[in-house]
Amino acid sequence: MTGAATVTETAVTITIDGQPVEVAEGSTIHAACVEAGIDTPTLCWAENLTPVNVCRVCVVELEGSRALVPSCSRPAEDGMVVQTDTPRVRHSRRMVLEFLGSGVDLSQAEDLHHWMDAYGADPDRYGDEGHSVERVDEPVKIQDELYIRDYSKCVLCYKCVEACGDDAQHTFAIAVAGRGFDARISTEFDVTLPDSACVYCGNCVGVCPTGALQFKTEYDLREVGEWRPEDQSVTRTVCSYCGVGCNLDLHVQDERIVKVTSPSDHSVTSGHLCIKGRFG
Amino acid sequence: MTDLFLGADRASESEAAAVDEALRSRDVDPVVRPETERLYTSGRARRAERRHYLLPALHALQNAAGWISPGGINYVAEVLGVPPAEAFGVASFYDLFRTEPPDHDGDTFHVCVDAACQIAGYDDLAASVRASGGHVHLGPCLGQCERAPALFVQGVGGRPDYVPADAEPFELPQAGDPSLRLLRRIGVADATSLESYMAHGGYQALRRAGEMGAEAVLEAVAASGLSGRGGAAFPTGVKWRAVASESGRPKHVVANCDESEPGTFKDRIVMEHDPFAVIETMTIAGLATGARNGWIYIRGEYPLATARLQGAIDAARAAGLLGDDAAGTGHGFDIAIWRGAGAYICGEETALFNSLEGFRGEPRNKPPFPTTHGLFGEPTAINNPETLLNVLDVITEGPDAYRSRGTERSPGTKLLCLSGKVGRPGLYEVPFGTTLGDLLELAGGVAGNGELQAVLMGGAAGSFVGPDSLDLPLTLEDTRAAGTTLGSGVVMAFDTSVDMTDVVVRIAEFFRDESCGQCVPCRVGAVRQHETLVQMQRKGSLSPARRALIDEMAEVMVDASICGLGHTAASAVRSALDLGLIASAPA
Repeated sequence: MTGAATVTETAVTITIDGQPVEVAEGSTIHAACVEAGIDTPTLCWAENLTPVNVCRVCVVELEGSRALVPSCSRPAEDGMVVQTDTPRVRHSRRMVLEFLGSGVDLSQAEDLHHWMDAYGADPDRYGDEGHSVERVDEPVKIQDELYIRDYSKCVLCYKCVEACGDDAQHTFAIAVAGRGFDARISTEFDVTLPDSACVYCGNCVGVCPTGALQFKTEYDLREVGEWRPEDQSVTRTVCSYCGVGCNLDLHVQDERIVKVTSPSDHSVTSGHLCIKGRFG
Repeated sequence: MTDLFLGADRASESEAAAVDEALRSRDVDPVVRPETERLYTSGRARRAERRHYLLPALHALQNAAGWISPGGINYVAEVLGVPPAEAFGVASFYDLFRTEPPDHDGDTFHVCVDAACQIAGYDDLAASVRASGGHVHLGPCLGQCERAPALFVQGVGGRPDYVPADAEPFELPQAGDPSLRLLRRIGVADATSLESYMAHGGYQALRRAGEMGAEAVLEAVAASGLSGRGGAAFPTGVKWRAVASESGRPKHVVANCDESEPGTFKDRIVMEHDPFAVIETMTIAGLATGARNGWIYIRGEYPLATARLQGAIDAARAAGLLGDDAAGTGHGFDIAIWRGAGAYICGEETALFNSLEGFRGEPRNKPPFPTTHGLFGEPTAINNPETLLNVLDVITEGPDAYRSRGTERSPGTKLLCLSGKVGRPGLYEVPFGTTLGDLLELAGGVAGNGELQAVLMGGAAGSFVGPDSLDLPLTLEDTRAAGTTLGSGVVMAFDTSVDMTDVVVRIAEFFRDESCGQCVPCRVGAVRQHETLVQMQRKGSLSPARRALIDEMAEVMVDASICGLGHTAASAVRSALDLGLIASAPA
C-alpha cells in the first residue's frame, strides 16, 4: 500500500466545487475537502491508518483525469480542480454503497446509513423475480470471551489488517485470503484466534466500521436487545497498567464497562491499545 | 525464530527439500536467520530481504505435495520471515495453488473454458481426460487459443508441468513470408541455440545500442513512435526516458510475460520460438534506462516458454551477453525468471509487481507510476515481449525505416492472435492499417458455416464488432474511433452457428472469477453483472430496466475501479448487447 506523502510546510491551492482551498503540500484531496467544510463519505479511510483506497466511496472528479480518483489517498497538487457533487461522483458513491449493501449486512455500519439515504442507494434492487444474489453469509466466529468476528458484516476495508500489521500492532495475525467476492479476512488456514499470532490487542475491533469485529460484551448485549448507546456514558481516563500513559475511553452502560476505546488523535496511542487497556 | 508465531504443523521432508532446492537455485541459503537479526522489522525491510522468494517457494510446495499444507506454510514462513497469515493470503490468491488437501494424488489437468475453447468443445476434451483417469480442473484461458481446446498439466510429486500440445511440431501460418519482421526468426532459427540466433542477426542490435549509447537509444525509440502492445498503447520512448531520468535508486526492467487475456497467445509463441530476442531486448532496455536488474514474470501455465527463456538466459550469461559487462557494453545487466501461479490480474503491471514481491497480486493505485515507483517501489520499465521485440528493428534499421511500415500514428507491425472460427488459426504479423477483412482472409476466412456473426477484438477486456466492420483498418486510431480496441491483439471470429449468449455469459463469469476483490466496484460489480446475464439467459430476454442496470454497473466499474480489470469488465458484454448478439428486449 502506498503511504501518504509527507506533509510539509509548503502550501498548495486547489479548487473544490469552485472554491479555492489552501492546504499543506502532501495533504490529500480528502483533507482539503475537510478544510473546505465539504463532508465526504469514507469507509476504508481512517486518520490513524495508511490510506488503502479500496472502498472507492470517497471518489471525486478531478479535471484531466479520465476516471474518478480516491480523495483519501490522492495528494492535492497545486492547481487541481476537483468536483465532489457531480452526477458521476454521486452515481459512483451510490453504486458502491448499493453494491456493499447487496452483499453484506450493513445494519450496524451506522456511519454509512445517512450516506445511503443521501445518494438514494437501494441495495435490494439486484435480485429480480425470485432470482437471488450472492451474499457473504457466514456464521459468527466466537472463539473466546474478548471479541467476535462476523464476516457477513465485513466490507473488506482492510482496516483490521492494517491495524494488526504495519500500521499499528506488527502482529500480522490476519490477512486477506482468497480472491474476488470470496476474499475474506483470515488467519492462516482459518485457524482460531487462540491458535494464531493474535495478541488480543483489539486494535482490529477498534478500527472496524461495520460491527464485523465486536467486543463480546457488545455482541452479547445486542443479541438480547440490550445494547443501548443512548444510555451509555463515556469516561476518559489513563490506563494504569504501565507507564506509557494511554488514554482510555470507558463506555459504560448500567454501571458496567461494555467497551474500551482510545481517541484516534491521542498523541500516545493514535487510537490503538494493548490487551490490558482494551480488555483489562 | 524471533517474533513469528507459528503453529505446530511441520513440513514433510519432501516439502522442505523442495523449498530448499527452489531457494538454492536462486542462490538463497534456505537457513533460518539467527535470532539476533531482525529479518522482518516491518513492511519495506521485510520486502527488501527475502519476501520476493515467496512465490517460487509456494510453487515448490504445491509441486511437492499437491497442495500448500499448513506445515509447508510454516516452513516457508520461517525460512523467508513472512507471517504465516500473509503467506496463506498469498497462496490462496492463485488458481494453481490449492490450500486444501487434494482428493487425488495425480497430476491436475487444467482445461480451458474460455471463448475459443468453449466453441471448440472443451467439454469433450475434459470428458476424455476424465475417462482416462485424469483429474480435471476447469479454468480460465491457458493462452493456446490457436489450438483450442487447450490443456495444461500441472505436475505433482516432483513431476514437471507440461502442455501436451507442445510435443506437436510447430508451424507459423505465414512461414516463409519475406515481409515478416517480428516473426522472421520463428521456425527459422533454432530457439535453443545462441549460435543459431546469432547467425540470424541476433545481438546485432545490442552491439549497435552499445555503440550508440543510452541517450541515442532513447531518442531512437521515441522517434520510432513505438507504443506498448499490451493494450494501453503507452509510448515506449516516454516510459524508458522517465526511468532513465531517475537516479540514486536501483532500477529494474521487467518483461511482462503474464499474458492472460483470453484469446491472447502471441507472447507465448515469441518466447517459445525466439527467446533470445526477449533477452537481448531486455538488455537493451537495461542499457537505455540504466537499470541493472532484469525480471521476467511469466504466467505459470507456460512451461515451454519458461524453459526456453531460462535456456536463453543461461546461454547468454555463459557467453558474456548478460552479467557485469553485458556484451561488452560496459553496462551490468542480468535477468531472473519468476513464475506466476494463475491469476489474470497479475498481468496488470502493479499487480505483477506485488505478486513478484511476494504479496497478493492486487493492483496499486496510480499515481505514482511504475517509472518512479515500480518493482520494490523503485523505478521500473515494464514491457511485454512483443513491444520489446520491436526495438530490434528500431535500433538496427533506425526509426525512419521502422516507420515505413504501418501508419503515421500507428507505426510498425502488429502481432494478431487469430482464433475461433477461422480457417487457419494462429499468430499473424501484419502492418498496422491492414483491414480486419484482409486479416481474416489471410487466416483462411471464416470457418464453421462461413457466415460471420461477430469478431471479438482485444479479448475479454475488448469488444465485439459485427460483419460490417470488415473494412476497419487495424490501427490504434481507427479502432479507437470505431469504439473498439486492438487490445492485446486478439481477433476471435464467430460464425452464425455460435450461440453468443453462452460466450458472453462466460466472459462475465471470467471477470467474476478473476477480480482480485480489492475494490468494491469490481469485486461486487463483476458478480452482479454475471448474475444479471445468467438471469437473462434463463428468461431468454433482458428487460429495459435490467439493461439499464448493466449500464449503471458498468459506469461505476469504469469510473471508480482501481485498475483496468474493473475498467473493462463490462466492455465486451455491453458491445454484445449493443450489437444485438444476445437477448435484448423481451420478445
